[in-house]
Amino acid sequence: MTATHIEATSERIETTLVGVVAAKEIRDARRSKWFWMWTAAFAALAAVMASVALPGSQVAGYGSFGKTAASLVALAQIIIPLMGLTLGAYSIAGQRENGALRFLMSHPISRSEVFLGTYVGLAVALAGTVFGGFGIAGLITVAQGGGANATSFVRIAVLSWLLAISMLGFGMLISTFARRANTALGVAIFLWLGLAFLGDLGVMGTSVATNIPTWGLLASAVMNPVEAFRLASLTAFSGSLDVLGPAGRYAVDALGDSLGWWLFTIAAAWAVIPVTIALARFSRGSDV
Amino acid sequence: MITIERLTKRYGRATVVSDFSVDIADGESIALWGPNGAGKTTVVRCILGLVRYEGTIIIGGLDARTHGKAVRRAMGYVPQELSFYDEMTVFDLLDYSAALRDIPTERVSEVADVVKVGEHLHKKVRELSGGLKQRLGIAAALLPDPPILLLDEPTSNLDAKSRDAAIELLQGLRDEGRTLVVTSHHVEEMAMLVDRVVAMERGEITTICDPSDVAEVLGLRAWLHLVLTNGSAPRALDVLSASGFTAKLNGRGVLVEVSAQDKGEAVAALQRAGVSIKDLEVWR
Repeated sequence: MTATHIEATSERIETTLVGVVAAKEIRDARRSKWFWMWTAAFAALAAVMASVALPGSQVAGYGSFGKTAASLVALAQIIIPLMGLTLGAYSIAGQRENGALRFLMSHPISRSEVFLGTYVGLAVALAGTVFGGFGIAGLITVAQGGGANATSFVRIAVLSWLLAISMLGFGMLISTFARRANTALGVAIFLWLGLAFLGDLGVMGTSVATNIPTWGLLASAVMNPVEAFRLASLTAFSGSLDVLGPAGRYAVDALGDSLGWWLFTIAAAWAVIPVTIALARFSRGSDV
Repeated sequence: MITIERLTKRYGRATVVSDFSVDIADGESIALWGPNGAGKTTVVRCILGLVRYEGTIIIGGLDARTHGKAVRRAMGYVPQELSFYDEMTVFDLLDYSAALRDIPTERVSEVADVVKVGEHLHKKVRELSGGLKQRLGIAAALLPDPPILLLDEPTSNLDAKSRDAAIELLQGLRDEGRTLVVTSHHVEEMAMLVDRVVAMERGEITTICDPSDVAEVLGLRAWLHLVLTNGSAPRALDVLSASGFTAKLNGRGVLVEVSAQDKGEAVAALQRAGVSIKDLEVWR
């Protein structure tokens, strides 16, 4: 039993190892009371929204699923960012703090594999929560006689998951900087406040105080991933962006039918950007 | 063979390991000894590639910096304390570790039996005693049957009985021809376990010596706790003071400060003066 000569092996990313870490993250999420609490809260609120939204659908002018979807967008843009950000923020920092990350990385696994496995596992777990909530809302809607606009409803569910993994990426980016889990969680909650509430107010305030051109207002709105999700979702079931006033009308005029796909692409880009930066930072080799 | 050359690790402005160089032969077991903050754990973390460092670490002919995965395949690591994965069962933790090394699940039961945690496989990690957690850490490290074992303070959180059992287990692993790198601040354990002691202080090597010489070379002092018959403590204090020892009362006995070489002299001085000793213990 000697180590005179160790055979050099590939240091490339192995999908099997990513899968092993991801599977553990999914198992941990299933065992976590916090995760079930989030899932139950989202599912319960989605069910309530679906129950109360349908009777008013004729008043609002949207067909069946449309009214439910509008309510779920309002719910999702508050709850999902908080869920994704806190899960992501705790992921790396929590493991670093309790020593689990050191134990994990004492195995023949690279930093990139650890990071990607954690991300994929949490993204799958979030898919369960998001699609579970939308699924319950959808079943209630169908049971109450609604059924039109189902495609838009599914599209909004997918957008909600993109928002969830975007926030997960932001959370994990915070996690790569923080030495302590509580610090990471604190920063994540501040970011949630900024993205879910203050960002929208900032855009509105800026547009009032300055003579920002209409295209500038639209661009500054989609700079906020939560707002990008909201606009993409609203476009998905209403086809218009009246909530943005002149900027919305400008967008519809300028982009026409492709507006929905543009906004979907921007929301998808927001799902990729933060996690890519976080992966690059973690893989560069900071101490664990 | 592990070759460490001019290893230096800095955290901000603080240098925690400085210019550390040592060669470790195949099958050799060495101890990194020193007080808390000496830098021993940091050396182990550098070997594992858990932290960035300056200098070179070559393991089995490969640079640990550029071939991290390959060299970690040849190493098992036992952390100071398994204070995580509390909600996992012993089996699940070992199975997870095995999956990360692409080792079949059947190996889990095999290794669990070797380190005597086989009957606890379905317990949660948080339900284990300190000694069993230590054994679980060793079991995880042994899954790939690695030629190199890195052990970070393997006995620090154990009671005397568990410590003896852990030392016996580690002696067995050493006798199988594995290379052992152990961090510890217990001199007496190292004498039983390792071939060489690398003594460290403030991140630097102060000396490298045979384990039996470490106490003498480093001028280590200890306290001898003597339990005496009723009423003989004052007389013992007088005798020890007259013989040049520093001593003080402690319950029904006395504490005597001794060097590594004169523990017997303190006892002999008391016996010559007719003070009978019921029991004794060495405190470090």
